[in-house]
Amino acid sequence: MSALTLLVLRLGVLLLLWLFVFAIVGVLRSDLYGTRVVARTAVADTGGRRRRRARPTARRATTEPSHLVVTSGSLAGTTLTLKPNGTLIGRNPECTLVLDDDFSSGRHARLFAEGSHWYVEDLGSTNGTFLGSQQVTGPTQVHIGSSIRVGRTVLELRK
Amino acid sequence: MTAVTSVAPKRGRNVELALLMLAIGIIVVAYINVELALHGSLPPDLLYLVGGVAGVALIFHLVLRWRASYADPLILPIAVLLNGMGLVMIHRLDIAAGRSITGGLAFKQLTWTVIGVVIALTVLITLRDHRVLRRYTYTAALGALILLLLPLVPGLGKSAYGSRIWISVGGFSFQPAEIAKILLAIFFAGYLVQTRDVLSLAGRKVLGITFPRMRDLGPILFAWLISIAILVFETDLGTSLLLFGLFVSMLYVATERVSWIAIGLTLTAAGAYVAYLLFGHVQRRVLCWLDPFSPEGVDQCGQITTGLMGMASGGLLGHGLGQGRPWLTPLPESDYIFPSFGEEIGLVGVFALLLLYVLLVERGMRTAIGLRDGFGKLLAAGLAFVIALQVFVVVGGVTRVIPLTGLTLPFLSYGGSSLLTNWTLIALLLRISDHARRPVPDVDPADISSDTPTEVVKVA
Repeated sequence: MSALTLLVLRLGVLLLLWLFVFAIVGVLRSDLYGTRVVARTAVADTGGRRRRRARPTARRATTEPSHLVVTSGSLAGTTLTLKPNGTLIGRNPECTLVLDDDFSSGRHARLFAEGSHWYVEDLGSTNGTFLGSQQVTGPTQVHIGSSIRVGRTVLELRK
Repeated sequence: MTAVTSVAPKRGRNVELALLMLAIGIIVVAYINVELALHGSLPPDLLYLVGGVAGVALIFHLVLRWRASYADPLILPIAVLLNGMGLVMIHRLDIAAGRSITGGLAFKQLTWTVIGVVIALTVLITLRDHRVLRRYTYTAALGALILLLLPLVPGLGKSAYGSRIWISVGGFSFQPAEIAKILLAIFFAGYLVQTRDVLSLAGRKVLGITFPRMRDLGPILFAWLISIAILVFETDLGTSLLLFGLFVSMLYVATERVSWIAIGLTLTAAGAYVAYLLFGHVQRRVLCWLDPFSPEGVDQCGQITTGLMGMASGGLLGHGLGQGRPWLTPLPESDYIFPSFGEEIGLVGVFALLLLYVLLVERGMRTAIGLRDGFGKLLAAGLAFVIALQVFVVVGGVTRVIPLTGLTLPFLSYGGSSLLTNWTLIALLLRISDHARRPVPDVDPADISSDTPTEVVKVA
């Protein structure tokens, strides 16, 4: 066999090996999964993206609240889009809004919609849920702007 | 202030298929290269061989699509490529040693590969959730201990190359310590996930490092004693280092405390020094490590010196597959397959192989990070460490970074027990990574209301 063929093959094996390595590294670059930590200080950026996604709900009726905003507590500044099937609030990682608050329970409270009205309901929490200064005992209607207190966290519904 | 959002991964099965094709292509080119260099013609059995290797890889791929569709897409192609390159090199050494195809080591290795893949697939299909393994924490420990002791049983154990790590049953010889690695990783993961709080919280601070209490040192001392016992009675430095290294690294992963690494390194150093004083073969290894070209070293360290010379003659780009003389080193297809590659594909090629190992280990670690359960995290990290430590011990040994110890390079080296174990290990990693990457099912908050009690306990 000619020396040239062998030379080509010899270098070809090396080239292919490195091609394989680079192909894998290329896949690695696009392979993101798991959890992503987003800086909450950049509210303008993430908020904008969220609002764009939430537009269909917002367009349906302008008087309906579409967002849940944390106004005080360790998560102050967080905004969530309200889902029609409800929002679960608590420390349990399964909750929609996972609180980092020692005074809240695992599954603390639930927000849900009936028609165009939103209600808050306490889920048997230890420290209770307050709407304004009133403790929530059964499902209670929440208006835009009124504050809901869960442990040390204060939440508000926004348009 | 940060928020945590979850990102669903792509399944990547098509990427896996493409990479598998590339891997098989590389194996075929390497095989053609060997045949052309040694025989001057294309091998007549090329089609069968390509078909066989591609078939095995494809079946594995299809089972992944079927049973673990979110599994990491990079693990399988890397394993296939490494296994195939090992096969090509072993085949090349068969030809050099004048062994026929069917009587050669490559054929045996191919058989072991098929058996290994079948076992791996069985593991993937039967084991639907890796967390089941946690139930067998102590069973795994017992099994590992028995496997480690088996070679010492008279009549069953067999001594070869100065160590007593094989057992032979009906003409088959097997290294039980290989399987013990996986069992020990399972045991360590199960044990540490239970005890890590104690191990990481209690203790006092000296010089900025928190040291554990004396009573918490028990397990690490026990692991140390076991590895010392392997070293003394089976004279197998490699396995002993691997087991202890695995335990220390998993302890570190579980507790995040640097003091465990300090303690582990101190214990290793102490054990190694005592072994050096007591045993002649350890003294020889150290001599070959520090000074293989001294007058007494040249007499005793033929293997390490020829290996070094082989790699040196390979240079940057290597002689090309089939054009070097790797058979001059003893054991060129098992412990010394790395210098064989160094001679024939050079530093550039060997670095590519090392990077493949790095990427494989990285995938294991990435899986550990992505997982949500502690046991799986530790198990994935432990399995990745098994590969990493093995590569370090072997490559470090032949390149004189650490004293040479007999271990096999995962997938590349000739060895049935090692192949079976590594394919099983890959199957476990794939199963765990499937779990890590599968998106969490959405919990519907509407299902949870105040009317339903938090827990319903049915009392008969």
